[in-house]
Amino acid sequence: MLTVKSIHTYYGNIHALKGVSLHVGEGEVVTLIGANGAGKSTLVNTVCGLVKPAKGVIELEGEAIHAHATEDIVRRGIALVPEGRQIFSTLTVQANLEMGAFLHRRNGRQVREDMERMLERFPILRQRSHQLAGTLSGGEQQMLAISRALMSRPRLLVLDEPSMGLAPLVTKEIFNIIDELHREGRTILLIEQNARAALQIADRGYVLETGKVVLEGEGAMLLEHREVKRAYLGKGARDIWEA
Amino acid sequence: MPIWEPKKECMSEDELRQLQLERLQATVNRVYRNVSFYRRRFKEMDFRPEDDLTELRDLERLPFTTSQDVSDSYPYEMFAVPLREVVRVHSSSGTMSNPRVVGYTREDLRTWSGLVARILTAGGVTQDDVIQVTFVYGLLTGGLGIHYGAERIGASVLPTSVGRTERQIKIMQDFRTTVLASTPSYALVMADRMDEMGVDPKRLSLKYCICAGEPWLESMRREIESRLFVKVTDNYGISEIMGPGVAGECLEQHGMHLQEDHFLGEIVDPATGVVLPPGEEGELVITTLTKEAFPMIRYRTGDLCRFIPEPCACGRTLRRISRIRGRCDDVVVIKGTNIIPERVGDVLETIKGERPVYQLVATRRGHRDELEIWIEVTEHFFYDKMREQKALLDTMRQKVANFIGISPRIRLVEQGSLERVHGRVKLFVDRREH
Repeated sequence: MLTVKSIHTYYGNIHALKGVSLHVGEGEVVTLIGANGAGKSTLVNTVCGLVKPAKGVIELEGEAIHAHATEDIVRRGIALVPEGRQIFSTLTVQANLEMGAFLHRRNGRQVREDMERMLERFPILRQRSHQLAGTLSGGEQQMLAISRALMSRPRLLVLDEPSMGLAPLVTKEIFNIIDELHREGRTILLIEQNARAALQIADRGYVLETGKVVLEGEGAMLLEHREVKRAYLGKGARDIWEA
Repeated sequence: MPIWEPKKECMSEDELRQLQLERLQATVNRVYRNVSFYRRRFKEMDFRPEDDLTELRDLERLPFTTSQDVSDSYPYEMFAVPLREVVRVHSSSGTMSNPRVVGYTREDLRTWSGLVARILTAGGVTQDDVIQVTFVYGLLTGGLGIHYGAERIGASVLPTSVGRTERQIKIMQDFRTTVLASTPSYALVMADRMDEMGVDPKRLSLKYCICAGEPWLESMRREIESRLFVKVTDNYGISEIMGPGVAGECLEQHGMHLQEDHFLGEIVDPATGVVLPPGEEGELVITTLTKEAFPMIRYRTGDLCRFIPEPCACGRTLRRISRIRGRCDDVVVIKGTNIIPERVGDVLETIKGERPVYQLVATRRGHRDELEIWIEVTEHFFYDKMREQKALLDTMRQKVANFIGISPRIRLVEQGSLERVHGRVKLFVDRREH
């Protein structure tokens, strides 16, 4: 579905991504883990066209998209749930969802059906549908952000730090939602600080370190990987080289 | 026939190339960070992984790693993880000054058993089989490598290791072995012994034979098949890369599928090092894509083969390599042991302080390989007294046996009688009939 080949991205003088390659297959949940500043969000922004790569290729189902404008990338089927949710806080929940269906605005029936489906999935949003989005709790806002992205009927859903700033219980709920979406067969690229939770639901994962991929593997394998445990799961912090 | 990991073994070419690129970049990033040998080399040639490795083709710019490099880094210099994370150590056969030591993390072992499960499945093994593993258990990778792969499948494993042939045959009868894992020559040794013992192979439960460990010929395969009433598959493993499981034949019996999602193979001209077009025969060079403890970048295996570009009828899309036709360096393989003739001379030289004129001769008695060392008689190596002469030959035999691990026969021959090429004695002559 998504293929990234040897991408280099700069922020001014900072070389944020140094030749990163990865792929997300149809129906897969793939997670990127890494410390702050490793380049996770830069990768998301590059995939979604918010930053242009200096070098490399990004393909969505075989078509190069890295040179396209962001709105064109959305039209081709990538939807982003951004870090910090970024819902339209002064609009109602319903209006937020309608904004998500902007691409399909000419097909009122489809939009109504999709919206009904979202409200069914997230009953709390139905209760709050006429409330201003800014008045929702963090977890509710995240649900709204996810449903808003789904309203565009994406082929690839990109989630950037969905658990950020949420209480542990709420985080758990959000991950349950992602897991459900996975079981529905959706394709998801998940960027997450909470490596353990992410790896538990991911098919595969990549470990980014200072802009480079240093490890790739199945979620369960990475979860058990000593290097990952030490660096991201907070186990055994000693790093002494005997050899 | 079943396929162990169809998602991986039947990948489309595009998917495979993308996965290889991702894994190659991760591997190169890791060795650059963790292995001083590679970091030094890359820096010398001004190769920066992040900038200079954007396509698989870019790998061709990197220098080869040779068995000498591995030997020089004895024992742990080339490990890419702290020893604490290494859970197994093996060492290769061979007569380098230092053996080649390889390590495995827990994850490496998991990958390894998975890959062996793939080749065993390809060779017909299922969880219902009883597999007798007659490879050496120990520092060499053969025994334990096959062992854990067979357990992974769920087969019943008989870790008999090598030797004591009569006992092997008794076990084979009594335990109703269905799969024999063996070197081709040992499979034939067993067949010979069965003849001598009056055991009828038809009354055994054997179905398949998983062969590996030495270069062999199609005629040997046919002989094993007709004498033991089994289907025989060819397999390729090399300790520096992983051990058994690197490539294995399916029941189509036409070339060994290289596990390309874990190993990147190239065929190069042994003389120039230039990568050859698909289908041409040359030296197999392998880069590991997932090894953690002991990654190898462009390792020269010294084995001659070619890629078979045509698709295989079994459905696996991983490319096949042809049967290993032999070695392209001065390593000779006798009884599954790698021997460098030059080094044998070094040993002989230590005995009397002078290097004799010598030649290694491989012969075959029945199905057993034998090593003879022919030495031209000079005053230095000649005694009037029979006893002294015999003592000298015994010393030579023992010293060489200690060094290479197999006991040779020493023969003294007339001066000037050894075969010479351009005035120099050929150090190795193969008289095994193929």
